[in-house]
Amino acid sequence: MTNPMIKPGPMICPFCGPRDASEFRYGGDPSVARPGFGCSDADWAGYLYVRENPRGLAREYWVHSQGCGQWLVAERDTVTHLVLRVTEATP
Amino acid sequence: MTAPVPGIEHRYSALRLFREGLRGQRGWTPAWRSPEPRRRYDAVIIGGGGHGLSAAWHLAKDHGITDVLVIEKAWLGGGNTGRNTTIIRSNYFHRESQVIYDASLKIYEGLSRELNYNIMFSQRGNIELAHAPSEMEGMRRVVNAMQVAGIESSLLTRDDVLAMVPLLDPSPYCRWPVFGGMIQRRAGVARHDAVAWGYARAADGMGVDIVQNCAVNGFRIEGGRVRAVETSHGVIEASVFGMAVAGASPELARLAGFRLPLLCMTLQAMVSEPLKPCLHHVVASTPNSAYVSQSDKGELVIGGGLEPVPSYARRGDLAKTREVLASVVEMFPAFSTLRLMRQWGGTVDTSPDNSPILGPSPLTNLYLNCGWGTGGFKAIPIGGKMLAHLMATGRHHDLSAPFGLERFATGRLIDEAHAGVAHD
Repeated sequence: MTNPMIKPGPMICPFCGPRDASEFRYGGDPSVARPGFGCSDADWAGYLYVRENPRGLAREYWVHSQGCGQWLVAERDTVTHLVLRVTEATP
Repeated sequence: MTAPVPGIEHRYSALRLFREGLRGQRGWTPAWRSPEPRRRYDAVIIGGGGHGLSAAWHLAKDHGITDVLVIEKAWLGGGNTGRNTTIIRSNYFHRESQVIYDASLKIYEGLSRELNYNIMFSQRGNIELAHAPSEMEGMRRVVNAMQVAGIESSLLTRDDVLAMVPLLDPSPYCRWPVFGGMIQRRAGVARHDAVAWGYARAADGMGVDIVQNCAVNGFRIEGGRVRAVETSHGVIEASVFGMAVAGASPELARLAGFRLPLLCMTLQAMVSEPLKPCLHHVVASTPNSAYVSQSDKGELVIGGGLEPVPSYARRGDLAKTREVLASVVEMFPAFSTLRLMRQWGGTVDTSPDNSPILGPSPLTNLYLNCGWGTGGFKAIPIGGKMLAHLMATGRHHDLSAPFGLERFATGRLIDEAHAGVAHD
């Protein structure tokens, strides 16, 4: 499910519809992948500490913590705070 | 090359003020030049905030390197240097942090004289409030650690706190009752713009070139070394580079081909309308996530914690403003009648352990000064001194050695996650 969003305002949960932003909590960078056993210390440090942190469009985990409790992936601009798309997070 | 010593004509003094008064104020000149950058320098510093300008001053003063360029994308001190709540303190728990922040405080104590520029450092004392016995236990631990390190700090009883800060709500039944606290008496506030301008003027007087409105768009890298930076004023070569760009660090690192363990977030601050003197100290409550001091103009300067979302917006979210103001009014009921005059935000580069990153980068002649997160203003003198030492010698100073980028791989973190509300 996707929800286009073109202007700032409530975030749109794919399950609950438009809801106040205060109901949602930021949940981290979905691009982080756990390296295998036997990886180098540098790779492990990268997994633990290095995040995409883009200036502009970002893919982010969010959780509708005060609503349905679902984990979501939002495409959000980190400069304008515009939320462009919210989809269900898949494992 | 010897540095041009600023002549008596250009020193700021009561005598000069008097003389200019008699001459109709016509003898003042700009505090620093604005030259076109040359094509090559010995050293280039990216970032004309407090840390970058301080680094330029220390390159010239400590190491005799005056063929230096400071590149600033916008205007001097227009980033976090000009957006913070100006608190200077060194009440940290870990030894590595204590010594580096206290070294910074010590430089601040003599900085107006060192730079011949009044930074208005006012050592009015920083009080951290405890609201419960368990918080008092935590403060006892911090105060003990500071005293062992030889840094003045003491515990305050509830009566001590209420006598020093009479406007605090004294009720034992309020949301955040005062249980006690701790104070660092040498801590205080300074005029943030003056810190940037004072360093800029002093560095310029030693021959450093400062270029504003000049963005870095790329790096020319050969064999793991930076040969030149591509800027909006052309390609500029240097033997050694430093970067002190706070919230722009991840972007700049990306341009240079590496990544940093930083997350950029918004920290906001605000000021009330001006009042007659009513609050002497800086008063902070970590559990209540707010801190407040009164500026020389009489405004209450108010800050709180980070906004909980990555952001480069450079403006504070209203939800956080409301939260911080609610906390302040809880502690100081009398402030509820005040009007807010301004509110703003800055992009801070937070590191995983809330400690800065100082040291070599993955490129051999590019050195890092970043990750100060919410606490960079207090560290401007020492951060610049450390970056200058790294750039001039290629090696760590003893104070900066624990703060290298490699600590994230070795696991030797300096965890200051609880070093204050937003450690300013």
